[in-house]
Amino acid sequence: MDHAEHHEEHPMIGYGTYISVWLALLILTSLTVAIAGFDLGQYTTAVAMLVAVVKTTLVGLYFMHLRYEPKVFHYMILVTFLIMVVIVIFTFIDDYRFSYLNHEVQAEVHH
Amino acid sequence: MAQTAAELSYTPYHRETSAFSGIFSWIFSTDHKRIGILYMISVLTMFIGGLCLGLLIRLELIAPGATVIDAPTYNAVFTLHGVIMIFLFIIPGIPAIFGNFIMPLQIGAEDVAFPRLNLLSWWLYISGAALLIIALFTGDKLPDTGWTFYAPYSTATEGNISLAVFAAFVLGFSSILTGLNFITTIHRLRAPGMTWFRMPLFCWGLYATAWIQVLATPVVGITLLLVILERGFGVGVFDPAIGGDPVLYQHLFWIYSHPAVYIMILPGMGVISDLLPAFTKRTIFGYKAIAFSTVSIAVVGYMVWGHHMFTSGMSGTAQIVFSFLTFLVAIPTGIKIFNWIASLYKGSIELRAPMLYTLSFIFLFSIGGLTGLVLGALATDMHVHDTYFVVGHFHYVMFGGLGIALFGAMHYWFPKMFGKMYNEAVAVVAWALIFVGFNVLYFPMFILGWNGMPRRYYDYLPEFQYWHVVSTIGSWILALGIFMMLFNLIRGITSGEKAEDNPWGASTLEWTVPSPPPLLNFLEPPHVTHGAYDFEAMNKGKKDSKKKKKGKK
Amino acid sequence: MSHTANVAAPAHIHKDYNGAKIGMWLFLFTEVLLFGGLFLIYAVYRTAHSHDFAEAAKELNVVLGALNTAVLLTSSLTMALAIACIHRAKKTLALTYLGITILCALVFMVIKYIEWSGKISHGLYPGSEFIMANYSKGQRIYFGLYYSMTGLHALHVIIGATILTVMFYVIYQRPNETHRWDVFGKDALNGCRVAILDKDGNEKWGSEIDESVKQVHLKMRYYSTPKRIKHEDYVSLENSGLYWHIVDVIWIFLFPLMYLIG
Repeated sequence: MDHAEHHEEHPMIGYGTYISVWLALLILTSLTVAIAGFDLGQYTTAVAMLVAVVKTTLVGLYFMHLRYEPKVFHYMILVTFLIMVVIVIFTFIDDYRFSYLNHEVQAEVHH
Repeated sequence: MAQTAAELSYTPYHRETSAFSGIFSWIFSTDHKRIGILYMISVLTMFIGGLCLGLLIRLELIAPGATVIDAPTYNAVFTLHGVIMIFLFIIPGIPAIFGNFIMPLQIGAEDVAFPRLNLLSWWLYISGAALLIIALFTGDKLPDTGWTFYAPYSTATEGNISLAVFAAFVLGFSSILTGLNFITTIHRLRAPGMTWFRMPLFCWGLYATAWIQVLATPVVGITLLLVILERGFGVGVFDPAIGGDPVLYQHLFWIYSHPAVYIMILPGMGVISDLLPAFTKRTIFGYKAIAFSTVSIAVVGYMVWGHHMFTSGMSGTAQIVFSFLTFLVAIPTGIKIFNWIASLYKGSIELRAPMLYTLSFIFLFSIGGLTGLVLGALATDMHVHDTYFVVGHFHYVMFGGLGIALFGAMHYWFPKMFGKMYNEAVAVVAWALIFVGFNVLYFPMFILGWNGMPRRYYDYLPEFQYWHVVSTIGSWILALGIFMMLFNLIRGITSGEKAEDNPWGASTLEWTVPSPPPLLNFLEPPHVTHGAYDFEAMNKGKKDSKKKKKGKK
Repeated sequence: MSHTANVAAPAHIHKDYNGAKIGMWLFLFTEVLLFGGLFLIYAVYRTAHSHDFAEAAKELNVVLGALNTAVLLTSSLTMALAIACIHRAKKTLALTYLGITILCALVFMVIKYIEWSGKISHGLYPGSEFIMANYSKGQRIYFGLYYSMTGLHALHVIIGATILTVMFYVIYQRPNETHRWDVFGKDALNGCRVAILDKDGNEKWGSEIDESVKQVHLKMRYYSTPKRIKHEDYVSLENSGLYWHIVDVIWIFLFPLMYLIG
């Protein structure tokens, strides 16, 4: 019985690090809310998503300890992310969805 | 041999004492082998149910017009046949039965990574099956949407679709837990020396399958939940009356259900890759090529779902892209088939029952795969879409592929699981009946479909009757063969001869433990020193240990 | 190897913490793809009806949404702090942070309730006559998605809070007995004393450590008392924490996509 093999421990992350990450997250949240006030046209959503991705990265790396996990975790997350991207891209190739839906709207307007 | 002394001291897993007794020592057991047997009993029960429904469909179609059941019942019967066969038989099929029982043995582990989760997964399977049966008897009418639950019909029909769909959701959860367990097990619990490229190819098949189970099933989960929300609250996402797009349902459904086709077939391919070396007594040709093609099928499988929707009103670009990518699947599949055939070369082939199933798999799956190219090509698909050609195609790949591989696996691992042997002569006769019946049943469907017989129809024009009759006769031969095979196996369990530890002379790790294996599988911790199909190293190792013993004496 | 092991709980199964975490992460992937399907649907309808979505989103209260975001981010912080405290064997502090996390979940649900009930009382819910009569198809889909996505997310908050409550109880009932010795320097042991006490606290055996002692060997069974904070607790708490963080991450995306497009 191999009880001696301890839980692979992370280096102790200081409380201060967590607090800084939390502050950064709050600042980024106010940033998105603030940016939403301006009309950046087609970039509004892109900026909002960029901020969300940065926030997710912070949560993942520090709160979820990904920075200190073995590489295999990172690869697995990459695979999941890529699958998600593939699903979205390949659905969007079918652009009849948008013309179909917009056609419906136009038909409604004509009534 | 080493185990003679050990044999006296070990207790086989099914005789092991536990906190529970009787049936509870099985249904509350976290032993992967007991769970594998539980799955085997429940999955095969469902299979027989689905089989009877299939026979009923074929019987109804023996003549045009009403024959034995009325049209609404017919719709319900083919729906149930599909739902049971897909969700309760072929998706859990090989991974849940043989993945559970054999995979930990093959990689030299004591159990899977999460034994309790494994048991939960079986209970979810049983709950899903129970919910499905409840759904049958609680609606205003039987579920009649087809196994695909296409919106908007599924959001509008009076059958108890919500519960049926929820049953599928629960079954999906069961499938996810199995996949999650297998990935972790293969990553963490391989025995010392069991490197990735020493693993049997069955484990590679399960590994790729498990990733699809984890990364595709949730998509159908949310889709099915939305069908329930649509029916309950009218969220409108798939309902054109509110503003939704039913074709989007099809996209989401096939985002899961096309990769799910590979959940079904990859473990079957893994079985074949394990059986071939065992009955040719030579290493598999192109081990790495088969392993990588397994993974690439899983990856490419995510990008081809649109070929189920060529006539659903997709954009032309999407049709062409999906059609093109569909052809890519043929490359890794072809690599596998050529490697299997090359593995026969200069092998000492033994035509035992599992090998007969293996060879039939290669033959039937090739027909299924090649007709798949007919369907994947945009132009020809327009002609045969939603005809019996499709029905023939997927029965050749699914039943001729996975089903036959499952039967092969049942014969191959039978001595390991039960410590007994079945009657070889009866097994061969049953195989012959299955092989002949299969082709008589499903090949006419290609002809029917090519001539324009649509799938799922209750009635048909008189000119189609000839091939329908042939097909129905085939269904009887096939069913006879299957029942004969099952009967033979059950008789093997009750009164078969005692099996040796390694009756086939196979080289993988599960054959080094006693039959049936003890509770924690290995009497002494395994240390792997050679690849899965390295017969030379295996024989050399045996000689060495014999020499050592002689020396000791 | 023992052959009397219990089938129900194989005692030989090696506790593998990295394995447990891989399992948890795989489960998180399924959560990501579960919501991924919804985000995909959202993306398609938003692309088709961007104007309708922007109009409909004006019905949402950005302040309440932002407040809930802050609440969830704070709960993520306290969750991470709770785990950090468990690692440092500070049980009381860990429980405090865990309690705050659960409290944040409750606050989130209360705010969610205020939002939903406000809208429902105005007839803004899927399939309502008000919506069918006054809103365009794109706007109806927006509300359908709003309720499906935030509803499913709220369900995850409830599940997460339940798990955390169970973890709170599990850790609470374990006496705070985990100790950690950090030994610095060559002569750190010099002048110390090693003793074995019986249940009344009387010394059964004891010895001073002087310069001649170079090592102290403790041969003991770890985790011998069931009531101590065990390493299993770390990994259960960490895995519960991972679940809680993913609930937070989903909200990080839901918030701008639902509230900030008006």
